Amino acid sequence: MTSVPTNVPAVDPDAAEDPSARRGRRRAPRSERSRAEARLGWWLAGPAFIIMVAVIFYPVLQALWDSLFNYRLTAPDEREFIGLQNYATILADGVFWSALGVTALITVVTVFVELILGFALAMIMHKAIKATRGLVRTVILVPYGIITVVSAFSWYYMFSIDSGFINNWFSWLPGIDAELNWFAQGSTALLVIMFSEIWKTTPFISLLLLAGLAQVPDDLSEAAAVDGANWWQRLWRVILPNMKAAIMVAVLFRALDAFRVFDSVFIMTNGAYGTEVLSLLAYRTSIGRLEIGLGSAVSVVLFLCVGIIALIAVKVFNVDLAGGRGGRK
Amino acid sequence: MRQFRRSGGSARRWAGVAVTATAALVIAGCAPADDTPVLTWYTNPDDGGQAEIAQQCTEQAEGAYRIETSVLPNEAASQREQLTRRLAAGDTSMDIMSLDPPFIPELAEPGFLAVPPSDVVEATTKDTLEGALAGATWKDTVVTVPFWANTQLLWYRKSVAQEAGLDMEGQVTWDQLIEAAADQDKEIGVQGARAESMTVWLNALIESAGGHILENPEASADEVRLGLDTDAGRAAAGVISTIGQEGLGSAGLATQAENESMLLFQGDSGSFMVNWPFVWPATNGAVEDGALPADLPDDIGWGLYPAMEEGKDPAPPLGGINLGVGAASEHQDLAWDAVQCIVTPEHQTQYFVTNGNPPSSASAFDDPSVEEKFPMAPVIRDSLDLAKPRPQTPYYNEVSTAIQQRFTPPSSVNPETTPAETGQFIQEVLRGESLL
Repeated sequence: MTSVPTNVPAVDPDAAEDPSARRGRRRAPRSERSRAEARLGWWLAGPAFIIMVAVIFYPVLQALWDSLFNYRLTAPDEREFIGLQNYATILADGVFWSALGVTALITVVTVFVELILGFALAMIMHKAIKATRGLVRTVILVPYGIITVVSAFSWYYMFSIDSGFINNWFSWLPGIDAELNWFAQGSTALLVIMFSEIWKTTPFISLLLLAGLAQVPDDLSEAAAVDGANWWQRLWRVILPNMKAAIMVAVLFRALDAFRVFDSVFIMTNGAYGTEVLSLLAYRTSIGRLEIGLGSAVSVVLFLCVGIIALIAVKVFNVDLAGGRGGRK
Repeated sequence: MRQFRRSGGSARRWAGVAVTATAALVIAGCAPADDTPVLTWYTNPDDGGQAEIAQQCTEQAEGAYRIETSVLPNEAASQREQLTRRLAAGDTSMDIMSLDPPFIPELAEPGFLAVPPSDVVEATTKDTLEGALAGATWKDTVVTVPFWANTQLLWYRKSVAQEAGLDMEGQVTWDQLIEAAADQDKEIGVQGARAESMTVWLNALIESAGGHILENPEASADEVRLGLDTDAGRAAAGVISTIGQEGLGSAGLATQAENESMLLFQGDSGSFMVNWPFVWPATNGAVEDGALPADLPDDIGWGLYPAMEEGKDPAPPLGGINLGVGAASEHQDLAWDAVQCIVTPEHQTQYFVTNGNPPSSASAFDDPSVEEKFPMAPVIRDSLDLAKPRPQTPYYNEVSTAIQQRFTPPSSVNPETTPAETGQFIQEVLRGESLL
C-alpha cells in the first residue's frame, strides 16, 4: 500500500471520481534511482516499442492512403486520387453485402456453437480426475494444433463428391446420398465450412473457459449447494457470472478470428456458390485483380468491422479488463 | 561436483564447435568467389523436366551463365499473382519466367517484360506452330518465346462411340456427343467448376461458333466490346446449359475440373471427354499401378476437339508455356541466350517425351520417340494448328473471373440471359463500378 503524499494539489471534485485521477493522487514521489530505472527501461524497450508501433500502424495507414486512389498494380502510371469513391463503390455493391452477410453468419453460428461445446469440454477437463487430466486436455486440444489449411483440406476431401466418404457413411440420413455435391451450393458448403471451423477452434475456446472455470472459488458453489441451489442454478447464478471476463475474452478472440475466416473458404470453395467472405473479397480484389485501391478499401472496411465487433463485445460484457478483475461495473 | 564437471565439459565441447564453425565460415569467406552469372528461371511445377533442361543448358554455356530454377505455385492464377507482384516491384531476379499465354498481355502492357531481340525471335520461332505464336504475341510484337504448347483433344470410349454409330475418324459435333451420351445413359467429361477451365471451355465453344468473347481485346478497359450477347455466345451457352441441366456432366459437374473429369471418364459411366493430353500418361500410370482395368487403354480413342456445327472447324483450347525475360533483369542478354538454348526443338521433344507437354515447334514432333510415347501426337499437332487462344487482353483476369462466376454451375446457365448479363457484368467490373 502506497502512502498518500502530503503535497496533493487541489483537484476538481468531478475529476476526483476518475479512477486514473485517483490513482495519480495516491502515487508516491519516486526516488532518483526509480526514475533512473524507468529511463533505462525506456531506453531498452523504446526501440522495440517504436518498431512494434511502426509494424502495426504502417500497413494500416498505407491501406488507408491507398484506398483513396484508383490504382492498379499493372498500370502504375494511371494512378489517380478519387477520394472516397472506392468506399462508395463497395457499399453500393451487392457482392460486398453478400460477403458481409456470409461472414457474419459464419461468425455468429460458429462462436455460438463453440461457446456451448467449449464450455462442456472445459467442464470435462476441469472435472477430469487427476490421473487422466493431462490425457484429456491433450486429446481435446489436438484439432487446435492442426494447421488450418491442412484441416481445411481434410474436410474438403471428406465431403468431396469424388473422393469423400461422408455421402457413403451417412446415406441413411435424409437428404444425403451419393449424388449430393456438398460444395455445389452455398447452404451445404457453408455447413461444411462451419463444421470445420467449429471442430478446429472449439479447443481454443474451451482452454480459455477452463482458465475462467479454475478461477471460480469452489466455496461459492458449495455455499450455494448448501443453500439448496440445484446444478442449473449454481451454473447460472454462481459459476457463469464469476467467469464473465473469461467468457468475454473467449467470445472476443474467437469472434475476431471467425470474422477473418479465409483458409477454409479458400480451400473448399474459393468463394464459389454464395460462400464468399470479406477477407476473400479483399484478397481477390487486391491480389487477384491487382486493384490496390479498391482492395485496400475492402481491407479498411474489414478492419473497421473487426473494431466494431471488439467494441460491442467490450460494451455487452461490460468487463474492465484493465482493472484485472472480471465483472466489475 | 560431478554434475559441475559434466557441464564444464559440455561447455568446452560447445566452444570447440563454435570455433570450428567460425573457422569454416572464415575459410569459406576467403575462398575465391564463383563469379558465374546466375540466371533464375521461375518454372511452373512439372515432373522435373525444366530443371533437367536448365542443367543441360548450364553445361552447354561452359561458364557463361548458370541457370537455377525456382518453382512457382501449382495454379496458373497463383503463378500469375506471384510473378506480377515481383515484376511490379522491379525484382531484378526475374531473369527467365515460364508464363501461361493468357497472362502475357497484362505483363507486357506496362512494360514488365523485356522485348526479345529480333535475332532471338527469328531463331526461336521459325517453325513455331501458328496458335502457339499467336499466344506469344501482344500488339503484333512477339514479347515471349514459345516453349511448349498445349491443346485439348476429344477423348472417347470406343465402345460408346461405336454403339452410337459415330464416325470418330471425322469431325464430330457437341450435339452428337450429347445425344450419344444421353441415349446410353453415360456422362460427358467436361470442366464445370468455378475455375479457369470454364473460360477455356466457353472460349472454345464461342470461337468454334464463329464468335469471340472480346471483340477488341487490345482496347482499354472502358472501351472493350464484348461478344457474348451474340448468336455464337448464346449457342455456346446452350451447350453448357444442356450438359448441366440434363445431368450429362455427372452430379459433381459444378466442382469438376480437369482431374475430376478424367476420373469420371475412366469410370463405368465415361463416354466422351474434352481434356489436355496429360490424361494419357495418367491413365496408363493408373493401369500399371493396378488402379484401373488393364484393358481400359484399348477402349480409349482420341480425335480433334468437337465442333459447334457440322462442317465448321473446331477451335480447340490453347495452353502451354512461353518464356519471358523480366525488364528489370540484370542479365537480359544472357537470359535470351539461355532461352534460345531451352527452346531448341531437341529440348522440346525431350520435354514432351519425359514430362508429357507437347512442343510448340513443328519439327519437334518429327522425332520417332514422340509418337512411340504419345500415339496421339499427330492429332495434337493438327489440333495446335486449329487452336484459338483465350482473349488476349491486359484485363484477362477480370474477364475470366467474371465468366467463371456467371457460367457456373452449368445447370444455372440460361442461353437467353446469361451471355448478356455476363457481358454487362464484365463491363461494369472493367469500369470500376462493380466488385468481382
